[in-house]
Amino acid sequence: MSVWQALGSRRFLLSAWPWRAAGYLLAGALTGAVTLIVALLMLTAGALVVLGLAGVALLGLPVARVERRMLGLLGDRPPPDGHRAPPRPGLRAWLGTRFTEPLTWRELGYAVLLAGLLWPFDLLAVLLTVTVPPALLATPVLLVLDGEQVNVLKEWPVTSLPLALTVAALAAPVYAAAAYGMTVYAAARGALARLLITAPDARITELTRSRIRLVDAFEAERARIERDLHDGAQQRLIALTMMLGLARLDAPAGPLTAQLARAQDEAERALVELRELIRGIHPPVLTDFGLPAAVTDLADRSVIPVGVSLDLPRRFPGPIESTAWFVVCEAVSNLARHSGAESAEISGGYAGGALTVRVRDDGRGGADPDGGTGLVRLGDRVSVVDGRLTLSSPPGGPTVLTVEIPCRPLPPCA
Amino acid sequence: MPAAATLRVVLAEDSVLLREGLAGLLTRFGHEVVAAVEDAAALREAVETSHPDIVVTDVRMPPGFTDEGLRAAVELRRRHPALPILVLSQYVETTYATHLLESGDGTGVGYLLKDRIGRVEEFVEALHRVAGGGTVVDQEVVRQLLRRRRDPLGALTPREREVLALIAEGRSNGAIAARLVVTEAAVAKHIRAILQKLDLPQADQDHRRVLAVLAFLRG
Repeated sequence: MSVWQALGSRRFLLSAWPWRAAGYLLAGALTGAVTLIVALLMLTAGALVVLGLAGVALLGLPVARVERRMLGLLGDRPPPDGHRAPPRPGLRAWLGTRFTEPLTWRELGYAVLLAGLLWPFDLLAVLLTVTVPPALLATPVLLVLDGEQVNVLKEWPVTSLPLALTVAALAAPVYAAAAYGMTVYAAARGALARLLITAPDARITELTRSRIRLVDAFEAERARIERDLHDGAQQRLIALTMMLGLARLDAPAGPLTAQLARAQDEAERALVELRELIRGIHPPVLTDFGLPAAVTDLADRSVIPVGVSLDLPRRFPGPIESTAWFVVCEAVSNLARHSGAESAEISGGYAGGALTVRVRDDGRGGADPDGGTGLVRLGDRVSVVDGRLTLSSPPGGPTVLTVEIPCRPLPPCA
Repeated sequence: MPAAATLRVVLAEDSVLLREGLAGLLTRFGHEVVAAVEDAAALREAVETSHPDIVVTDVRMPPGFTDEGLRAAVELRRRHPALPILVLSQYVETTYATHLLESGDGTGVGYLLKDRIGRVEEFVEALHRVAGGGTVVDQEVVRQLLRRRRDPLGALTPREREVLALIAEGRSNGAIAARLVVTEAAVAKHIRAILQKLDLPQADQDHRRVLAVLAFLRG
C-alpha cells in the first residue's frame, strides 16, 4: 500500500500513515538542516581548495541515500540505487564514475533543494500537526488553571469556559485537516524526491545493453570457432586428401590403391560434414554477402522449393543479420520436418525502422509454438535484439512466421 | 586445349601447408609456380610483375579473413579480362561462384571446392580447361543451383538441365555424351535446344555455351 492509497482509506486518521508521513518529513527536515550546515562548513573551509567544492558536489550522494531509505516510509518500494559500479577498485575510479553520472548531479540538485528550501517546510508541516490540536484541546484546562484568560496559539484570547470548550471541540477536525494536509504534502514531497534521485530508465537501458553485449559476445565466439575450424581442421583435411591423391598416383596398381581410394573418400566425406557443421555455426556467406545471399543459399539447399524475395539493399549489424538468419534457418528446417508443405516463400524488407522477414508455407498449419523448443528459443534470441517473433498457423494452414527487428541499416560501403 | 603445355602459375593461399602442397603438385605435373603468395595484396603485385598464364587463389585470406581472395580475383578479371583465374574455395554457397562468374564474360574462370584438389588428375585437368579459356564450376555448386526452380530454366527438360549442369562443370560434348551414355549428336541436339530456350544471341558455339552457363548461374 502506498501513501496515496492510504489517503483514500476511511481509517486513515486512525492508521499509522499520518505518523509515517510525519516521520518521513522529520527525517527530511533533519537531513536538510544537517546538509545545509555541512555544506556551509565545507564551503567555508574549502573555499580555497578545489577538494572542498568537489566534496560539496558529492553531497547529493549521502542525502539521496538517506532519502531512498526514508521513501520506504511512504509505502511504495524505495527507488533502486541507480549508480553504476566503478570499473576498478580505488578512489580515483569511484570518483570518475560518480562525476560522470547524470544521477550524481540530479541528486546534488535534490540536496540543494532540500537544504536550501524544503526542510523548513517539512519541519513546519509536522510541527503544526503535532502542536495545534493539543493546544486547542488544552484550552479549557489552561483556562481553569489560569482563571481569567488563555491566548489560544498565543493569538486569540479566550475568557469564557463555553468558548474554551468549543475551541477544544475544534481540536478533532483541526487534527483531521492537519493530518491530511501534512500527509498530502509528504506524499508530494516524496514523489518529487523520487523523481530526482531515480535515474530514469538507467537500469533498463543498462540491462538491455548488457544483453546486447552478451549476444555480441556469442556472435564473436561463434565467428571465432568457425574461423578456427576453417583455418585449422578444414585446411588439414584438404591437405590430407591432396596427399592421399598424390599417393594414389605413386602407388602400384593393386590393393594399396584401393585402400588409398577408400581413405580419400572418407577424408572427403569428413570435409563435407565439416562444411555443414561450419555453416550451422556461423555461415561465412552471411558475413561476406549479407542476409539475402545467405537466405537464398539456404533456400537453394531446401528439399522443398522455397522462393526468396528480400528487398534489402543495405547491410545490418552482425547480431541483427544473424538473428534473422537463424529464424529463417529454423523455419526452413521445420518446413521440411513437420509442415507437409509443397512450397514456401521467404519475403522481407526494411520499413518503418524495422527489418521484417516472413516465412510462409502452404502446409497443413497447426504449428504449436510450445510444441518444439526451437521456436521458444528463437523467440528468446529475437527478444534480445528487441525484436518480435510471431507465428500464425491455423489448422489447414498457411503457416506464417514473422520476425521483426527494430534496427538501422549500416552505412553503405564500397 | 593445351593439355601438356607448361603453365606459369601464380598461387595465392594463406595456409602454408596447402600452399606448399599445391605448389608441389603443380610442379609435379610440369607447371611452373612463378609466385606463391599468402595474401590478396601480394597476389595483385605478383600478377603485375610476373604475368602468369593462370592465377590460382583461395577465397579467404588475410588481413580480414573474409572474401579478400575472391574480391582480388574479381578485380583482376576486370583489369586483365584475358587472365584465367581458378578460385579454390571451401564455400559451396552459390553466391561466391556467381559473384566470380559474373565478374567478366565468363571465359577462363573456374570455381572449385578445395576438396577437389585431392582428385589430382581431375584437378589438373580443370586447371587446363580454365587456362584454355573454359568455364569450370564445382559439381556441388552446380547441384545446388539445379535445386532452384526458376525461369527461364524452368522451360528446360530434366535431361536438358542435366546437360547444362555438365556444361557448367566444363565438360566437352564428348565427355557429356560418355557420362549420359548417349551419342554425341544427341548431346549437340540437347545443347541446341538449351541455347534456344534460354534465348541466347547468335554467336560462336563456345561463347554461347559460356553464356548458357552464366544464365544457369544467374538463375
